[in-house]
Amino acid sequence: MKAKASILVVDDEEIVRDSLARWLEEDGFQVETAPDGHAALARLAEQAYAILLVDLKMPGMDGLQVLAQARTMQPDAAVIIMTAYATVDTAVQAMKQGAYDYLVKPFEPEELSLMVGKLTKTQDLRRENVLLRKALKRQCEFKDLVSKSPKMEAVFELARTAAKSNSTVLILGDSGTGKELLARAIHAESPRRGGPFVGVSCAALTESLLESELFGHEKGAFTGAVGSARGKFEIAAGGSLFLDEIGDISPKLQLDLLRVLDAREFRRVGGSQLIKTDVRILAATNRDLKKLVESGSFRDDLYYRLNVIPVTLPPLRERKEDIPLLAEHFLTQLRTEMGKPLEGVSAEALEMLLAYDWPGNVRELRNVLERGAVLARGPIITPLELELAPPASPVPLAGATEEVADSLREMERRHIGATLKQHNWNITHSAKALGIDRVTLYNKIKRYQLREDE
Amino acid sequence: MAGQGTILLQWMGEGSINRDLLERVRQQVEAVFAFPADLREGAGLPSDSLEPRRGQHSSTKILRRILTTAPPGAAKVLGITDVDLFIPVLTFVFGEAQLKGLAAVVSTARLRLAYDEQPAPSSLVEARLLKECLHELGHTFGLVHCSDPTCVMSRSNSVLDVDQKRAGFCRDCRQRLRALTEERDGP
Repeated sequence: MKAKASILVVDDEEIVRDSLARWLEEDGFQVETAPDGHAALARLAEQAYAILLVDLKMPGMDGLQVLAQARTMQPDAAVIIMTAYATVDTAVQAMKQGAYDYLVKPFEPEELSLMVGKLTKTQDLRRENVLLRKALKRQCEFKDLVSKSPKMEAVFELARTAAKSNSTVLILGDSGTGKELLARAIHAESPRRGGPFVGVSCAALTESLLESELFGHEKGAFTGAVGSARGKFEIAAGGSLFLDEIGDISPKLQLDLLRVLDAREFRRVGGSQLIKTDVRILAATNRDLKKLVESGSFRDDLYYRLNVIPVTLPPLRERKEDIPLLAEHFLTQLRTEMGKPLEGVSAEALEMLLAYDWPGNVRELRNVLERGAVLARGPIITPLELELAPPASPVPLAGATEEVADSLREMERRHIGATLKQHNWNITHSAKALGIDRVTLYNKIKRYQLREDE
Repeated sequence: MAGQGTILLQWMGEGSINRDLLERVRQQVEAVFAFPADLREGAGLPSDSLEPRRGQHSSTKILRRILTTAPPGAAKVLGITDVDLFIPVLTFVFGEAQLKGLAAVVSTARLRLAYDEQPAPSSLVEARLLKECLHELGHTFGLVHCSDPTCVMSRSNSVLDVDQKRAGFCRDCRQRLRALTEERDGP
């Protein structure tokens, strides 16, 4: 049974003290009594009380004087003034001095029950809130990223150090783990924060388009180049250039990029003039660059150039302790965005979130919560509204790792294909359903050579 | 010896005693607590319990009277009265008890009224009296108020509350009562 709050009854009449103490003890409270103000202060100096029931008229020190002292000695204790003289002046004075409320003697038992009940409930909630806040304070933060996981704390620590330098940072991690957010955070913490943060997704564009996107072009450089245009390297001058999906660039662009990183100068497409560049490169990929190097599809010299400070974001399934915190974080955002009075997710829904494997990582979590927030009929999101598929039944262990990897890849290929078909190849809708962004979906379509007419 | 290890029920009213009613309550008390219960000739109301300005009797003073007149060795003494009871800060009380103590008192004064302040049927009054007797005796065994509104140990601030509860303990209170009784009796 939960220990009940302690109450101090201060009254000069013994029978009042005894009877009131007995009445409150029947509710399970720990009750102590004091016959006058001085005795009350002595008790307050020794022990913490949740509630003080103080008679207004007492010889020597009166109730208001006890109230004033109590406010200083135990500001968290709620003081209820009991008075036989129902004057507005007294009530106003008591409330002004910080009394929780006052009761005119004799009062209805119901009135006292309700007041004490409400008070203890409020105090319980306040205590709970303080504990929750303390628990939340234990989280680590890096700009917009929050976490309670020791793995992420290490990531933030490394990113914070990296931010102070001008070195290239290579952010590794699965889709949806927050690579771009981390890149933005590094930029915002870096000495270049006054400059622009320019992002480009290397997987979304064809080789020639990406080339022009990165380096710009001169008029007439290619069909349709009616005017000259600055590339991202120029736009990002003085700031940071975020090269997402760096593992997907073509061998030609890998070489171009290597030259820029080495010489810190480049030419626009179709241009002859060398342009000096002053950007800090932040690159990211969800692919295993080392393997790509080994297989020869990624230049090793570029890899070493990029891999100055590698930071790896763990997948959400490896930091499940962050799920409640992230859910709260996203619900706060969704509450504002949707103007819906969302209070949280039910205990069962949270259990479901914790049990799920999150292949789409944090982004998928946000999508699931957004869907839940839209569907929620009340302020609490229930499991039904999350529309989360139950955890997949365990796949029987295959003999060789490669076999597992192949079957997983095949499973992913089929799943993506089916989702695209289901959404009539609408990339936005399919990406949302899969819990990945559009770029990643394009990337996967390319990788798996999926075609609409299949 | 009469009263030894027994719950004693004694009439402390202004009106005449209804022995049949008290006997029925006694039987129920005995059954519910599984403890011997007896009726005892009352010691009467104390001379100073009436507060003339309020026209009510101080339950605390009646409790003190019960304590000073209790036969040695009595397990519990429950006074039953027909006068309206109060404690100084409250407008009324249905009864008062010493938590984990010897004495308790219950009044029928407010139990006799229906919601419209008209006299309630005698069967309802009897049911209410039994509940309040079990409630106050529950306190003397060490039980505190229960949050289950149907449990006899839930707090009653009105006859409505009394009518809502059963003449018995909820599972938790029954278990607690058993533990408290064993604790008192020792291994």
